[in-house]
Amino acid sequence: MLESTWFFLWGLLWAVYFMLDGFDLGAGTLMPFMAKNETEKRMMYNSVGPFWDGNEVWLIAAGGVTFAAFPKTYAVLFSGLYSALMLLLFALILRGVSFEFRSKIESKTWKGFFDLLQFLGSFLPALLLGVAFANIFMGIAIDANGVNQEGLFHLLNPYGLAGGVFFVVMFALHGALWIGIKTQGDIKLRAVRFAVGLWPVLACLTALFLAMSAGFTELFQNYIDMPVLFLVLLVPVGGLIMIRHFLGQINMLKAWISSAVFIVGVTFFGIIGLYPKLLPSTLDPAYSMTITNSSSSTLTLQIMLGVALVFVPIVILYQFWAYRTFGHVLEQKDLDHDEAY
Amino acid sequence: MDVLMLSRLQFAVATFFHFIFVPLTLGLSVLLAIMETRYVMTGDETYKRMAKFWGKLFLINFALGVVTGITLEFQFGTNWSRYSEYVGDIFGSLLAIEATAAFFLESTFIAVWVFGWERLSAKMHCVAIWLVAIASNLSAVWIILANGFMQHPVGYVIRNGRAELADFMEVVTNIFAWNQFLHTIFGAYLLAGFFVMGISAWHLLRKQNIDFFTKSFRIGMWFGLIFSILVAVQGHHHGNEVAQIQPAKLAAMESHWETQTYAPMYLLVMPDEENETNSIQLLGIPGMLSILAYNNPAAEVKGLKDFPKEDRPPVLLTFLSFRLMVGLGTLFPLLGIWAFIKRKKLMENPLLLRVMMYAIPLPYLALEAGWALAEIGRQPWIVYGLMRTSDAVSPIDPSQVTMTLIAFILVYGLLGALDIFLLAKYAKKGPEEAKA
Repeated sequence: MLESTWFFLWGLLWAVYFMLDGFDLGAGTLMPFMAKNETEKRMMYNSVGPFWDGNEVWLIAAGGVTFAAFPKTYAVLFSGLYSALMLLLFALILRGVSFEFRSKIESKTWKGFFDLLQFLGSFLPALLLGVAFANIFMGIAIDANGVNQEGLFHLLNPYGLAGGVFFVVMFALHGALWIGIKTQGDIKLRAVRFAVGLWPVLACLTALFLAMSAGFTELFQNYIDMPVLFLVLLVPVGGLIMIRHFLGQINMLKAWISSAVFIVGVTFFGIIGLYPKLLPSTLDPAYSMTITNSSSSTLTLQIMLGVALVFVPIVILYQFWAYRTFGHVLEQKDLDHDEAY
Repeated sequence: MDVLMLSRLQFAVATFFHFIFVPLTLGLSVLLAIMETRYVMTGDETYKRMAKFWGKLFLINFALGVVTGITLEFQFGTNWSRYSEYVGDIFGSLLAIEATAAFFLESTFIAVWVFGWERLSAKMHCVAIWLVAIASNLSAVWIILANGFMQHPVGYVIRNGRAELADFMEVVTNIFAWNQFLHTIFGAYLLAGFFVMGISAWHLLRKQNIDFFTKSFRIGMWFGLIFSILVAVQGHHHGNEVAQIQPAKLAAMESHWETQTYAPMYLLVMPDEENETNSIQLLGIPGMLSILAYNNPAAEVKGLKDFPKEDRPPVLLTFLSFRLMVGLGTLFPLLGIWAFIKRKKLMENPLLLRVMMYAIPLPYLALEAGWALAEIGRQPWIVYGLMRTSDAVSPIDPSQVTMTLIAFILVYGLLGALDIFLLAKYAKKGPEEAKA
């Protein structure tokens, strides 16, 4: 029971991470295509400026919880996907630096360099997270000693790649909607156009990813065993439809919330299908990392649950407050501050 | 090179680099909070300009501290998976608590502080920087409790082939860890004090913004003075603890080979690990090592020869880190006292100002040496007495680690250079003009 609770909390942390960091990664991915001049670039940077750092902590928390609640999964997953995770890490490092450093020197080359890092640092994590999670859903070649028998390039199988492209588009749409909330004028109109253009792509990719999941993974087994679970799929499907509905009304906030619902729904579709495994082995089901063979001791899980139940709601409260405080539409004076990016 | 050596090098690069930025974050966040509190209480705009000027340097530094911190969390899984599996029950939960209870707070409110100058009331804005300061210091508590477990494991039981949590209170009240925490935090505050003094001195030597930088210098001076004394006093106490809990580390720190009572301390020593002796050993103070270790000249201090070779830390590195840390640690209170005496006549003491300016890197060296001592001196153990570093490494291909090690050196080298360049640029630029 405790292990199962932690399994779903683990899934929830990833879902919240995708929902939050997803839009700033998406905005960074779209930046070279969406921003036409320096002012528009700065609007994009400052749209996510007050949030990206706090959003990224959800990744640290998700990683930390994997370590704390399922140390063996953490060990096998992180060493097994060594190169992919290191690539993700470098991308995030360069991206984080680009926020802080870009505005510090008035030079086209300097800014161009950090714009490139911002793009790569946003696009690559979106892609890699998608590839990684698709491979987690499918399983990796873990042997009896918890060692992954296949290299980096094996992750780039058709299903892994589909997951990667799916995440990139999902985050890009999420980011376009956010830019639509935070900006006005030309850039807002362009953000709406991007979102409208990305929506059918995302809809197709969603259908493709679900169909491929049936072929490549065992995610649907839990649903077949317990058909009522299929109702969960209504959440992402409903979210997807509502994005388009609110986009039609140019209600960006509601469209963004629908997109958030979609992302959380998609994540939970996978998490529910995965249960009770955290990382299936493609070599032998007995080598899979599960909530029983990889979890921490009962005492640790209990203490961590106490910590999570106290602190996570507090975090959500103050982050919500921060979103309220800085959720306004950007104006010229916001860009004129010397603290602005 | 094998995976073990490569992973050790990579961990060293990642940790030393990360720790360049951490102490300034810990100390300067508190100084910023003090500056802004004075602004809110007195309404004196100088203190607001101070918070903004030092805040800019803080943020340039903070960015690298944050991004390089992610590396450390990842590395336990990528490079030290056997370790993660063995102690994750305890170590992992401390890291997870750090993220939930401290890092979220720090990352959310630093943005509130940066973007909130016009959107929040002065009081609320000041609260934001206090939350950042408290959160970053709390962060250090949890991280060092985790490291403290590696230094002096407590509150665990070996079960199911791994170390499992037996008593959470014992883990979080680990006295050794708390002393490490105090030692680190005092060092960090001292570093921030010297940083502020040094940059202020640069401007004062050029007679720019004299009022602004005199006030800044004095705030830095109090921090530098108080914490350079505290870190030395508490460091001695922590040393006693090391003598009892990690006797092999103590012996290596002093390159002390033969077990003896009335153990002397030599001012000039050159360890010779191969022949298990010191090639140079001069200016001995009788009984001093016994006093330093046990506060008693007659106390017996165990020598390295009484530890099996495979249980000894690398002597030369441990010894040099300790000497560097202690040598500099002795210098800081003297500099602090000098600055204190001349605090009202700074402009008439260009020598003091020049010395303080050149002293900026010294606390960095001392703090890095301190961690080198803590970590290298703990070898060959990753968890003292419980797990060897060689048993902790991930079963991965060395070529992968070679690639990432090179990448770390290149990327971190570039980022470090850019960071120093920007810090210097904005430090020299000075504060915004006061509003007329």
